[in-house]
Amino acid sequence: MATCIWIADTAAAGPEPPGRYTGGVQDLTAAFHLLFSGDPGMLGIVAVSLRVSLSAVALGAVLGLPLGAVLAVARFPGRRGVVVALNALMGLPPVLVGLLVYLLLSRAGPLGAWGLLFTPGAMILAQTILITPILAALSRQALEGLWEEYAETLASFGAGPLRAVPTLLWDGRFALLTVLLAGFGRAAAEVGAVMIVGGNIDGYTRVMTTAIALETSKGDLPLAIGLGLVLMTIVLAVNALAQWLRDVAQRRMG
Amino acid sequence: MSALAILPLRVSGLGFRAAGAAILAEVSLTIAAGPPMLILGPNGAGKSVLLRLLHGLLAPSTGHIAWAAPGAQAAQAMVFQRPVLLRRSVAANLRYPLTLRGLPRAEQARRVAEALALVGLEGLAERPARALSGGEQQLLALARAAACRPQVLFLDEPCASLDPAATRRVEEIIGAIAARGCKIVMTTHDLAQARRLAGEIVLLHRGRVMEAGPAATLLATPRTPEAAAYLRGELLC
Repeated sequence: MATCIWIADTAAAGPEPPGRYTGGVQDLTAAFHLLFSGDPGMLGIVAVSLRVSLSAVALGAVLGLPLGAVLAVARFPGRRGVVVALNALMGLPPVLVGLLVYLLLSRAGPLGAWGLLFTPGAMILAQTILITPILAALSRQALEGLWEEYAETLASFGAGPLRAVPTLLWDGRFALLTVLLAGFGRAAAEVGAVMIVGGNIDGYTRVMTTAIALETSKGDLPLAIGLGLVLMTIVLAVNALAQWLRDVAQRRMG
Repeated sequence: MSALAILPLRVSGLGFRAAGAAILAEVSLTIAAGPPMLILGPNGAGKSVLLRLLHGLLAPSTGHIAWAAPGAQAAQAMVFQRPVLLRRSVAANLRYPLTLRGLPRAEQARRVAEALALVGLEGLAERPARALSGGEQQLLALARAAACRPQVLFLDEPCASLDPAATRRVEEIIGAIAARGCKIVMTTHDLAQARRLAGEIVLLHRGRVMEAGPAATLLATPRTPEAAAYLRGELLC
C-alpha cells in the first residue's frame, strides 16, 4: 500500500529527495481516519455503490442465470453462435454500455420519457446490461457439466430439458455463487458506465469508483485512498463470505 | 401406479446403430409380467443399450417397441450402473421424481418413508446424498426408483461396483420389489447372480439375442453351442 501512495505522491508533487515522503503517510492516516470515523459523506457513497451494484447483480441474476441454464440444456440451430456472442459480450467495455444507456435515456432518446438519466436507476440499468452477459456465459459453462451428468437420469424421471432448468439452477447453486461474485466484482469495480449515466452527482449518484476518479483528479488523495480501501475491503469481504458459504455448504452437501 | 397395465411389452426387429456400427440388431422379445428377467452377456454385448432403448432414453434405428398401454414412461423406472444422485438430501432425492409425477405432499412423505425402510436408510434421510458411501448411494438410487412404484424397473448392472455383502443386500431388495408385482428387467454379466435372481433369461451376444427363455430351462439345457459355452464360463469372442 505504502508503495502505491509513494508513487501517487511523487506523481502529484513531482520529484523530491528521499526521506521526506511524509505526505504519503499522512494521506494514509487520514484515509483510515475517514474510514473508521464513519464520515457521513463516505458512508453515503458506499451505500449508493452497494445499492447500485447489488441491485444490478440481482437483476442480472434473474435474467442471466436462467438464460445460462437454458443455453446449457437446449440444443437448437445457432446455439453455438449465441454462446460465442455471449462470451464476446463478457468483454463489453463499460463506457460503451454507458454511452448506449445514455442515448436510450437522454431526453430525446427512446426511453427519455422515463426521466431516468442521472439517477441511480440509470446506473442500475447500465450495470445490469454490463453483467447479464457475464452471468449468463459463466453460468452456462458451470451448468453444462452438471447437465451432462444429470441428463439421462432426469430423462428417466420424465423431466425434459426445460424442466431441468430449475433443477440445474438449484443443484448448481454453489458454482453459481462464484458466478454471482464475478458479476458483483465487475459491477462494483467499473467506473465508465456509472460515470456516464449517473453523472457522479454528490450525495445522489456518486459511487466509490467515480468518487475515487474525481478526488484523485482534484488531488484529495486521503478521500480517494480511503474510498479505494473501502472498495477493496467490501469486495474482499463479499468474496470471503461467499467462499465461506460455499465451503460450509459443500462440506454439508458432499 | 397408473391404472393401465403397460405389460406385456412387445419388441420386434429392434436395431440400434451408432457411428455406423451396429450395436444391436434384430432383437425381438416379449416382456410379460412375472419374475425378473435377466439380460446376460459379455461386455459390449449391447445390454445397456437394450435397456436404454426399452426405457425410451435412446431412439431405435430400426424396429418397434410397443407397450400395452399409452403413457408407459411414467410407469417405468431405471437405475443406472453409476447412479446419479442429485446434490440434495437423501429425502429430497427420493421426493424429486414423485414431485415430477405430481403426487400430493402427503403421499410423497408416505412413499419416502416406505422407500427408506425398504433399503434400510431410515437414519440418513436428511444427509446429503453425495456424502453417502458407494453402496449406500446404490441403495438410494434403488429406493428412488422403487418409490415411483413402477410396473417395470430397469436395472443396469446394479451390483457392478459393490462388495459381496452389499451385492447380497441389493439382491434382497430387488427380490422384495419384484415380490410387490414389479417386473424387474436387469442386466448383469455375473452368471451366479443370474442363477440366483432370474425367472427368465435373455442371452445377448454381439448385439443379437443368442437365446431367451425361462431361466430353469435355459440354464439346464441351452439350445445353442455358444450359449452352452457361455454358461460353462468360457469366453465368447
